[in-house]
Amino acid sequence: MALWAEITISLLLVIAGFFGFVGSFGLIRLKDAMSRLHAPTKATTLGVGSVLIASMLYFVTAQGQISAHELMISLFLFLTAPIVAHFIAKVHVHLHERPKSLPEPSVGTDWASFAAKTPARGVRRATPDTPAD
Amino acid sequence: MTLFHRIFPHPLLSVVLAVVWVLLVNTLTLNAVVFGAILGLVVPWLTRAYWPDAPRLRNPLMIAEYLLVVLWDIVVANVQVAVIILFKSDAARRPCWITVPLELRTPEAITVLAGTITMTPGTVSSDLSADGHAILVHCLHAPDPDAVRDQIKSRYERRLMEIFE
Amino acid sequence: MITYALIFAFACYGLALLLNLYRVMTGPELSDRILALDTMVINAIALLILYGILRSTAVYFEASMLFAMVGFISTVAYCRYLLRGGIIE
Repeated sequence: MALWAEITISLLLVIAGFFGFVGSFGLIRLKDAMSRLHAPTKATTLGVGSVLIASMLYFVTAQGQISAHELMISLFLFLTAPIVAHFIAKVHVHLHERPKSLPEPSVGTDWASFAAKTPARGVRRATPDTPAD
Repeated sequence: MTLFHRIFPHPLLSVVLAVVWVLLVNTLTLNAVVFGAILGLVVPWLTRAYWPDAPRLRNPLMIAEYLLVVLWDIVVANVQVAVIILFKSDAARRPCWITVPLELRTPEAITVLAGTITMTPGTVSSDLSADGHAILVHCLHAPDPDAVRDQIKSRYERRLMEIFE
Repeated sequence: MITYALIFAFACYGLALLLNLYRVMTGPELSDRILALDTMVINAIALLILYGILRSTAVYFEASMLFAMVGFISTVAYCRYLLRGGIIE
């Protein structure tokens, strides 16, 4: 294997390890729940993305076979990461926020979590940490 | 409605399905291509009831520019978030909620904008207002919330307006 | 050189998995536990691919792709259950 390929792959692996660790470290370190959501969803996508690029480079340079699977995995992760983050944020808003604790969207309307026409049967307010309005 | 549209209700979806199938099989052989084509024919036809109408792209060439901008911002976002996590104490950090009023009206465009906000520097989109005219964004560290809102509007929403509307 | 980088990455992701496990156990909010589980899935995918590089075989890609899909579906199912009280309506 050429030296430049080896250096690039090693660099990508180190970057990936660093970001993967920082993402999970942020999950432990940050104090409030919404901030914790930022750390893994961002840092991990770059971490896994670097691992996948490194793997693709490795298989091309070491064995001469081009594989599309890494591309598919990273595409899938990049498409699903915002959806997962949005869902978890909605769970947090649903369980722990009231209309008074959030900024208003505009006069006369409310956020979709609070304005649902059919009452949700989901878990309501597991931990009463904010006063009910 | 022409015969072509009757057979292919969503041509782009058919092409994407076929290409994804060939990439999943990971070999470019004739039977993979044929089966991908069958999937591209059958799946849009079976699910056509759930795709009410296709969004019209006004300016498809802008998509490439938008993707490049977003990819660059994802890399920057990761570095910024990593620095905040590692070196900023919780007392110095200013997390906040901001409301971004939307001028976009196409559901697909709003979906793309929400995804983009989640992937870029220190912001997560959390909720949509009941009438769909504003989006709730949480910032990891925003000393100046108005600047974040203006950046979202000028950097992403303006480009999406040009693509979709 | 690649071997050392691989060992470093293995250590990072192993530690990351332990940190996630701590967050799954302690909570305090339900959304934290779901988030930690989702991060565990992503870290496990990274570990699988790293193991594939170490053994220089491509058989782990199918496994990691299935892992990615099942992880996404299960996270969405947890969230939907908490939001709506049912997964399929």
